[in-house]
Amino acid sequence: MSRTTATVAASLPDHWEDLVTTALLGTDRRTPPGTAPGAKAPSDLLDAAAAVTVRRRAGLRPARPAERLRPAPEDPRPSLPPAAARRLAVLLADRPGASGGGRRGAAPDLMELLPQWLQAANARGYAAPPQALPALLDAARGRTDLRPAALRFAGPRALWLARLNPDWRFALRAAPGGGPSAPDLRDPLGIRRLWQEGLFAERVTLLTALRSRDAAAARALLEETWATERAEDRLMFLDSLRAGLGPDDEPFLERALADRSRNVRATAAELLSALPASALAGRMAVRAAACVAVDRTRDVPTIVVEAPHECDAAMERDGVAATAPAGRGERSWWLGQLVEAAPLGTWPGRLGGRTPEEIVALPVADGWQGELHAAWCRAAVRQRDAAWSRALLGEPSAPEAGGPGAVSLAERARLLATLDAGERAAWVAGFIETHGLSEAFQLLGVCAVPWAPPLGRAVVDALNIARDAGSYPWSFSGVMGLAERCLDPSEASRLDALLAIPDEPEDAAPGAASYWSEAFQRLVTTLRLRGAMLAELAPEEPAP
Amino acid sequence: MTDQGGCRTATQVPERALDATSDELREPVSDTAGGEAPTPAPPVSPAALRRARRRAERITAGATELEQRLADLLRGGLISAEQAGASLWEETAARMVDAQAPGLANKVRELGSLASAGADAPVRLLEECALLHLLAQAWLRRDRLPEPLAATVRSRVGLTASPDGPAIRDDWLVLARYDISDSRLTTRRTWLHGRASGRTALLLSYGAAGRAPDLTLPVGLAVDAELTPYPGAGQPRMALAERFGAPAPTAVRPPGTTTSGALARYGAALRDDPWRESVPVTLDRVMPVPDGDGWQLADADEDHALPVTAAARSRPGLWRLVALSGGAPVRVFGECGPWGFTPLAAWPPGPGEAVPLC
Repeated sequence: MSRTTATVAASLPDHWEDLVTTALLGTDRRTPPGTAPGAKAPSDLLDAAAAVTVRRRAGLRPARPAERLRPAPEDPRPSLPPAAARRLAVLLADRPGASGGGRRGAAPDLMELLPQWLQAANARGYAAPPQALPALLDAARGRTDLRPAALRFAGPRALWLARLNPDWRFALRAAPGGGPSAPDLRDPLGIRRLWQEGLFAERVTLLTALRSRDAAAARALLEETWATERAEDRLMFLDSLRAGLGPDDEPFLERALADRSRNVRATAAELLSALPASALAGRMAVRAAACVAVDRTRDVPTIVVEAPHECDAAMERDGVAATAPAGRGERSWWLGQLVEAAPLGTWPGRLGGRTPEEIVALPVADGWQGELHAAWCRAAVRQRDAAWSRALLGEPSAPEAGGPGAVSLAERARLLATLDAGERAAWVAGFIETHGLSEAFQLLGVCAVPWAPPLGRAVVDALNIARDAGSYPWSFSGVMGLAERCLDPSEASRLDALLAIPDEPEDAAPGAASYWSEAFQRLVTTLRLRGAMLAELAPEEPAP
Repeated sequence: MTDQGGCRTATQVPERALDATSDELREPVSDTAGGEAPTPAPPVSPAALRRARRRAERITAGATELEQRLADLLRGGLISAEQAGASLWEETAARMVDAQAPGLANKVRELGSLASAGADAPVRLLEECALLHLLAQAWLRRDRLPEPLAATVRSRVGLTASPDGPAIRDDWLVLARYDISDSRLTTRRTWLHGRASGRTALLLSYGAAGRAPDLTLPVGLAVDAELTPYPGAGQPRMALAERFGAPAPTAVRPPGTTTSGALARYGAALRDDPWRESVPVTLDRVMPVPDGDGWQLADADEDHALPVTAAARSRPGLWRLVALSGGAPVRVFGECGPWGFTPLAAWPPGPGEAVPLC
């Protein structure tokens, strides 16, 4: 009680201490002043203690306040619509372990919807409800993939809050501008000071932020201290030039080709080769073109390859790694690097004025096709060349597209990323229609969310076919999970027909039918939920 | 530490009908906002009266035995009680269960857990022994107490009463709802604030251990309902008699006071019920402030503060309160007692529904 509050009256504590001491020792040993020893002593003591206890409680006074907190910064963003705020609370309450059990059954996995919810809320620029901040910070603490979106949504008050709880320190480290020395990009002196004196992570953040705003200013800042940076720091800084890379960066990158560190040289060369007009790209084009030609003397025009016989100093200076990894021939290793770094625009001129499609279709002599096509794939990805990507991907319905062809699934996924969203979805839809879902997971991962209608339909049809064929349903749980998150919510109504439990084919795995039905049930419920979720975040329609 | 008048009565549910008849005196509690007549007492059969008398005799025997044990304890000293350990209290508690005085039994059990309360243990132990002594004495002399106080004593000892006050129909804002579980029972406490009557009401509902009680009123919404108070001076417990319509959003907030106002209210409540361990209070314009390992609620306009109770300190609700406040004054509803304030609900500085903190 005494720790609650200030004391009551000056005379009481002494008397009370006396009572406590007597109670501890026992009335047989001690009699409090004002009472008589004997049989009634314990009862008298308790009477007195009861009176004092009630008096003490009745006379409690407030304590002195500790130092008050500085108010949290204002969050100028508009607050969430009430329904969206309630939805957020529900999504945040569905924490792993909260619902118990690994199997989801037909209930949607709400935690998996949180990233989408956050993305939509951020896109509309809403402020987080303050009372949701602790749960948001806890969620972001457990899942690093959530952090950028969660912290952006949580806003300035979350950083204020995070300073009060050691569990949330990560927010201060992770948040751009969360530290005390947050760079204001309009303040050149502040930027310079932070660049000169900041910690490594702060400097990377600063450089990245500045690069996205003013590419030339970021490069100039880096050039200023370039000579004095440590090798591993130079590598990281150089990497941050990848964003917003342009012809203006060439002189700096060309100088970096002479860097003391091999990794820095290789990165500079890689960046330069992504600039088709750079001098390095031109040098690589000459080298690569010398190795690849069309042999017209054969019955069918055929590409012939003469891989380089040596890796000279000039090649090394341009970023070609001279030593092949174990198990690879040196010459093919060098060839791959030359073709990868040469501008793809070189090839139509070099190979008889053919289009990328025609070039890819040409036979390649002496088993060089794999090496050559793989190098072109890397070049198409690096140079973000959609025409070459399209050519290398080929028709999605082509038989070799589904199997281990010249181009692996991982390479296809990377090539797809260079196409625009609609074309990407159409290609993957075509792939699924021919080859089913078993190889599609990686390709689906690069498609834009929500899936375009043809892609969504292809996935649902393929799932339906798999179910009707009595396929082992657990092998589709990955695609199911993706579909829950990525299908357009408006597809939900088309799925109703799939909810019935079908007759189980004789060769089906036991329990498969009900598992399929449960999975479709969850898919539909999740889609409806996502639809409602996004509608709640949409601004109210103005009355007509 | 959060018990109120009737909250032990749950263990006596089968005897509810019987206990109702033992409250011969049925004075309506003042404050008749509902303006309706008290529910008439059910007819009392001679057999029921006989049973009630027999139970009262057993409780009297139990209270007498408890007094004897407390006297022995104080004669030998609390130090020796600490050495005897929890079994001493467990045995006494079992005797009180035999005496059909579950209120006394629970109190005794709490004494057993106090022995490990750390540096404060001797003080807390003496306080609780003294209050238990006061309760036993009050039972033994209940004939000489004014009826409202006698009703409080009956309820504290563990006799179940029936709600008998005049029904109050009001828009009741649901302030807070939380469950307390022990090995046998889950008790759900729901705090309500009446918009027109201005009264604060406590609803209790029970579920078997591990099962949620069925009364679930949505925090932050208002329920048009008729409540009936339980007997006992100044105690907030009421029963839900009837609901009219679905819960609806409301802009009503209970009026608030300062931290010193809250303590004054607790002090005043002790006049009616010296065993009260907390009172429901709404604080206005207070802000959470870190204080060493703990937290305080500090008045924005006065140099006063209440500590947040240790139990509330470890709940996630405290962080919701801190986030909601953002260093600015907010309105907070909670339970205020000698060990500080337990926040249960808060309202944002701007418009908005109550935010649950428990």
